[in-house]
Amino acid sequence: MYIFKYILKRIALMLFVFFVIVTMCFVLVKLLPNVPAEAFGKDMELILKRRELLGYDLPILQQYGRFLKYAVQGNFGYGETYKMGSEVWQVFVNRLPYTMVLNLSTIVISIPLGLALGIFAALKKNKWQDHLISTGVMVFVSVPSFIYAFLVQYILYFKLGWFGAVTDVSAGAWSWTFVRSAIPAILSMSFGTIAGFARYTRAELTEVLTSDFMLLARTKGLTKAQATVRHAMRNAMVPIFPMILGEFISIMSGSLIIEQLFTIPGVGELYIGAIQAQPAPDYNFFMLLTVFYTFIGLAAGIVIDISYGIIDSRIRMGAR
Amino acid sequence: MQEKKILDMNNIPQEKFEFTNRDEKLHDKKLETKQMSYFEDVLKRFAKNKSSVVAAIIIALLVLFAIIGPFTVNQEYVDSFSTQTILGRYKYLTPKLDIFEGTGFWDGTNVVEDVTEVQYLTYRAMEQELGRPIIHKIIDTKTITDPFGTTKTTYTLRIDTYTSIDCFVKTLTTKEYQEIQAWQDQTGIQVLLPIVDPSKSGNELNKNVWFVSDKKGKPKLDSEGNFQYAYLKTDGRDDYTSTVRLPDDPYTEENPSAGWRYANRGGSADLGYNYTVRINAYNYFIFMYDFEPSFVFGTNVRGFDIFSRLASGARFSFILAIVVSVINLLIGAIYGAIEGYYGGVVDMCMERISDIISGVPFTVVTVLFNLHLASKIGIVPSLLFAFVFTGWIGMASRVRMQFYRFKNQEYVLAARTLGAGDFRIMFKHIFPNSMGTIITGSILVIPSVIFSETSLSYLGIINLNSTQMTSIGAMLSEGQNCMTTAPHVVLFPALFIALLMISFNLFGNGLRDAFNPSTRGVD
Repeated sequence: MYIFKYILKRIALMLFVFFVIVTMCFVLVKLLPNVPAEAFGKDMELILKRRELLGYDLPILQQYGRFLKYAVQGNFGYGETYKMGSEVWQVFVNRLPYTMVLNLSTIVISIPLGLALGIFAALKKNKWQDHLISTGVMVFVSVPSFIYAFLVQYILYFKLGWFGAVTDVSAGAWSWTFVRSAIPAILSMSFGTIAGFARYTRAELTEVLTSDFMLLARTKGLTKAQATVRHAMRNAMVPIFPMILGEFISIMSGSLIIEQLFTIPGVGELYIGAIQAQPAPDYNFFMLLTVFYTFIGLAAGIVIDISYGIIDSRIRMGAR
Repeated sequence: MQEKKILDMNNIPQEKFEFTNRDEKLHDKKLETKQMSYFEDVLKRFAKNKSSVVAAIIIALLVLFAIIGPFTVNQEYVDSFSTQTILGRYKYLTPKLDIFEGTGFWDGTNVVEDVTEVQYLTYRAMEQELGRPIIHKIIDTKTITDPFGTTKTTYTLRIDTYTSIDCFVKTLTTKEYQEIQAWQDQTGIQVLLPIVDPSKSGNELNKNVWFVSDKKGKPKLDSEGNFQYAYLKTDGRDDYTSTVRLPDDPYTEENPSAGWRYANRGGSADLGYNYTVRINAYNYFIFMYDFEPSFVFGTNVRGFDIFSRLASGARFSFILAIVVSVINLLIGAIYGAIEGYYGGVVDMCMERISDIISGVPFTVVTVLFNLHLASKIGIVPSLLFAFVFTGWIGMASRVRMQFYRFKNQEYVLAARTLGAGDFRIMFKHIFPNSMGTIITGSILVIPSVIFSETSLSYLGIINLNSTQMTSIGAMLSEGQNCMTTAPHVVLFPALFIALLMISFNLFGNGLRDAFNPSTRGVD
């Protein structure tokens, strides 16, 4: 029962924080001067009329009320300077699968590899295998993913010519065609994630392996392998599993840089496009994506925290 | 047995008492080992960690590069970035270090594939006219016969990118023209080249062509296999008084009209003459800046030296990161100290504030700050604000944790009993104890700021690229556009950022272990 109360409390708190942030961002965006109607070149009267109908002349609070009312229904307005006239929500929904597929593939590759490397390094602690893996992990964790992206692009595309510069989106996101053409992007994203998982797993597992209950497990007659799998792994998973969960949630937000670099029509690319639209950033897209990114960030945090408590009942979250 | 004798504790006879120490002085044993302060201890532990020491040295070198780098490059050259559009002619020069001269690696050369026969001969002709070697090595020669029976030869060459800069035509004022001539006389270096007769050169648009050639630009060689000059004879109006001429110039003092023409004069005597000249780009560079073009990291698409650009970008990044780190430290330390020390309602309210601020995605913060402030106070200050706006939270929560840990310990209670005020306890007693975490935290802020700034400027969310300043992210995105033709443009900024990140991570780990030995070997 305790855990439900805790979860409810956390969710209520999250919603409060979420609401405050969205309000803040909305006000900040509305404080910006509107794009002058002249910038569109023609049909000035039409544009002004449209703005009036959309309620751009109303006080900010009233506008915020309208925004909330429509946003709940999934209506975030229409593109003004970026993708003019198209429904913001629809464009966003069309983009989301690409980001998700890309990141899902990355995680599917990264988790097993990362865990395996981490476990191996922990078992061979302070031997050459461990040093080799640890050094590699250090390098791959530190170097930003776009540096690999350059390397991958240079080698796989320019030198070997295995992949096109642009990903193939003709068959939609949930297709082998897209995944295959996005392999360079997936590769560049995986390096860092694999290294991150490996580092974390190794750290947790080495700690568990030296604890007293492992000694007890060996004393009562388990072989080293048995003890490792049945006791050490299970205990090491306590902090690792929430990390995996958090990673799964944040896959939706994706990587701005990788999507930009490999021209994948995902959410990140949409965000950059909306910001860099001329003559002014598109505030409707910007608002939607702000809401989206904020929500993902908060949700990932909350899921990680709660899953700690669920996996390991010894951890009483929020207890004093 | 003895216990029974002293059972009556309240009535111990006086003679049972004896002094343990009746001397003037105390005879406690003095500490024989050398005393060591906390930081000496930390330093000693840090020095044991070899990889962290190496990382620290690399960081120091990179910082040194950022500080000194911009000054090692000719200042006149760097200052001219904003005014000299002609620098675009010196684009994509490959990295050149003098000690590697002639090795084919880092010597300013470039391998060019599929060079046609005409182009190959043009290079040879340029070598003859400009007096500097261009083709360092013929790597491969291919002869292909197509179905129509014509044979084509293509070459794979190792070309010097510096000496093969195209000659170009420029119109000078009288003053500039005379200046160049005076400089030629002084140094003996030929900048102005003779004008080519358009009717004899088959490819008039290619200003490198100075020889007689057919319509396709293929040179017509004489019987001995030499190029034939296609220069115009002087018409006496080129006002060329310089004594520096090409070696084969038929000019003699007795017969000046036999010489080649070095300029086409335009304009009129009333309005002043102008001179259209053909220029040897390599020597023109020496004329402009007084040093031979040779760039350790090569040049970019606009002909700017990558070494000085990278150094100034790095300097900007370091300064920004250090400023952010210091401000974060100040705000975070005070905020976290108050939160952690007072706890309870104060802590809860303050935590909600930091929850809200940390909930805003960083990209959103930067964009909003950029939109609101960049036009008013400039891009750099608005970026700084964006970093500080969310950045202090990490430091605050770190300090808060430390305060929770220490605030109920005995020495704090002792201080309070002795009458110390809240601020004295906070900053005199607890703060020094959480020094290790705080220092490690603020140093690790530096790479994360540099990383964020690089990503943002790479994505173009903030635009820091101008003629006088740049950032590493902008250099990366610039280099990415020409990765096939000039990979060196992206290589050096990428190497720099990679090296910096790895070193900072190692350094941070070492620092953390040194301050807090119990976490050693966690990763």
